[in-house]
Amino acid sequence: MTGLPESAPAANRPAADAALLDVVGLKKYFPIPQGMVFQRTVAHVKAVDDVSFRLSQGETLGLVGESGCGKTTLGRCILQLERPTAGQIRFEGTNLVELNEQELRPLRQKIQVIFQDPYSALNPRQKIGAIIAEPMKVHSIEPDRRRRRERVNELLSRCGLSPEMAQRYPHEMSGGQRQRVGIARALSTQPALLICDEPVSALDVSIQAQIINLLEELRDAFHLTYLFIAHDLSVVRHLCHRVAVMYLGKIVEMATCDTLYEHPEHPYTQALLSAVPVPDPQVEDSRQRVILTGEVPSPLNPPSGCVFHPRCPMAVASCRHEAPALRETAPGHWVACTEV
Amino acid sequence: MTASEPPVQVAREATSGALTGVRLGRAALSWVRQKPLGAAGAVIVLGMLLVALLAPVIAPYDPVRNAFDRMHVPPSTAHWFGTDQFGRDVLSRLVYGARTAMLVGLVASFIGASLGLMLGVASAYFGGRFDLFFQRLMDIFMAFPLIIMALAIVSIFGTGAHNVIVAITVPFIPRCARVVRSSALAVRELPYIDAARACGFSHARIMLHHVAPNVMAPYLIMLTAFLGQAILLEASLSYLGLGVQEPTPAWGLMLQGGAEEYAESAPWMAIFPGLAITVSVFAFNLFGDAVRDTLDPRLRSTG
Repeated sequence: MTGLPESAPAANRPAADAALLDVVGLKKYFPIPQGMVFQRTVAHVKAVDDVSFRLSQGETLGLVGESGCGKTTLGRCILQLERPTAGQIRFEGTNLVELNEQELRPLRQKIQVIFQDPYSALNPRQKIGAIIAEPMKVHSIEPDRRRRRERVNELLSRCGLSPEMAQRYPHEMSGGQRQRVGIARALSTQPALLICDEPVSALDVSIQAQIINLLEELRDAFHLTYLFIAHDLSVVRHLCHRVAVMYLGKIVEMATCDTLYEHPEHPYTQALLSAVPVPDPQVEDSRQRVILTGEVPSPLNPPSGCVFHPRCPMAVASCRHEAPALRETAPGHWVACTEV
Repeated sequence: MTASEPPVQVAREATSGALTGVRLGRAALSWVRQKPLGAAGAVIVLGMLLVALLAPVIAPYDPVRNAFDRMHVPPSTAHWFGTDQFGRDVLSRLVYGARTAMLVGLVASFIGASLGLMLGVASAYFGGRFDLFFQRLMDIFMAFPLIIMALAIVSIFGTGAHNVIVAITVPFIPRCARVVRSSALAVRELPYIDAARACGFSHARIMLHHVAPNVMAPYLIMLTAFLGQAILLEASLSYLGLGVQEPTPAWGLMLQGGAEEYAESAPWMAIFPGLAITVSVFAFNLFGDAVRDTLDPRLRSTG
């Protein structure tokens, strides 16, 4: 069984496991300070609140949810661009949270990132070749200059760009080409895990498909593991093995792709899936849609109990004060709801 | 989308050397058309630099040799700008004075702006308490007007060209640091900085290769703005007797002493150095304004 979310402490678990990435009880609270010199914290934004999941080698986990639900923050925590408030991030058995910047540096090449906006993801003052070569130089992956240039050309053609583009600046390229450069840079350090933070959301639909196919191709060629953050459910379905649905900083449902799309159990997942339009007008007219009312509550002051209860069509009285834990309703299918 | 343009690309590679020259010339020409005043300023600045560099060739007389048989000579063919109370040729002293002005102006502006760049980038990059503390320190420095700060430094370290450079450099640092910091704060939040951190680059590498090159516009704007100010400051300090010392030729110094005493009988002694200061500061400011207009991201369409 791939991926067991557990709220039990990691100490109770055997140290060696097959998981490439093991996130346990991850929390990221952003303090809201007040005052200039003598700062005090008046509140916390609970961007990620007690999230646990596992990723095994070669697997692609989709992470979906509305904007502001904490999926990007979760990705940034795994990349250690944000230091988590609590919890563990075990990568190949090493807890990244305990390492300092110095100890982290050699491990960073194993976890790379692809950003949403290809326009600001590349340094405008560097040529494409330099952007891709720099990580190899810093980590001494390819210390020889000429070999490094060969590797850059290889990575460029691997990502569907011509080697001549190494001489160009980012502003001389289209959005899709830049995203390919971003992917080539991420691959330059020979990573095991790629955090794809909405890598296609900023692109044209025709180019989206090309990038998705490229990511799929590269995954198979380099045995990569992806954490694929997205809000486009059809993209996720195409690429991912498993999907986790996030709402207000928590994972509310996690299952294999087919299970989640065919038999969603959490009311939020059902609502999310029913928001996807069906291309057939007859089916579209006849199908039952779950329409949510109200807005996403502020993560500053999340609702008590189940965070989803104010908008939930099947909420009962106990939802108001009882926070449901993820439980396994079927093998590999985890739902955080007491009513299913 | 990946359909690159192979034949055009290859052709461009082959002739890129010649093309960049042509392109640069064309860009310069269109800049001159768009900013005629700035171009005029640039021409004067270039002229002054040439005069400073070629001072021994251009100056008709020795700028420091006294000639008591030729005191207070009015402008003539022998002495275009006349002579001063020691019989020294005013034109020669102006030409050599350009050396002092350019040296102090360029060195002080460059060092001041560059230190400001480094400190501003570091302050923005590290942020937090370091940034807070550092910016309050800069506030203290900024609380003093330029000239007061420079005066204080000269009175601590003493006079002379080197100390004048230090005195002018120090008050420039916080001014540049502040402007660079605000730009660097915006750059720090961009995804390519996150990408650099995710790649495990050192802080020094990220600041040097990724933040600093992207705050070059405010840095250059401050640098050019400092040039005129530095020349004016040097002249002021020299005039007050706290800058360059006699007999070294310096424009501010030429306005002092004899020039004041003989203002009515020998006005050329004050008029020409005064004009030199005015024209050079004016030219540097015109040039600096044009540079700012060209580089200011709000006035320019980013590529």
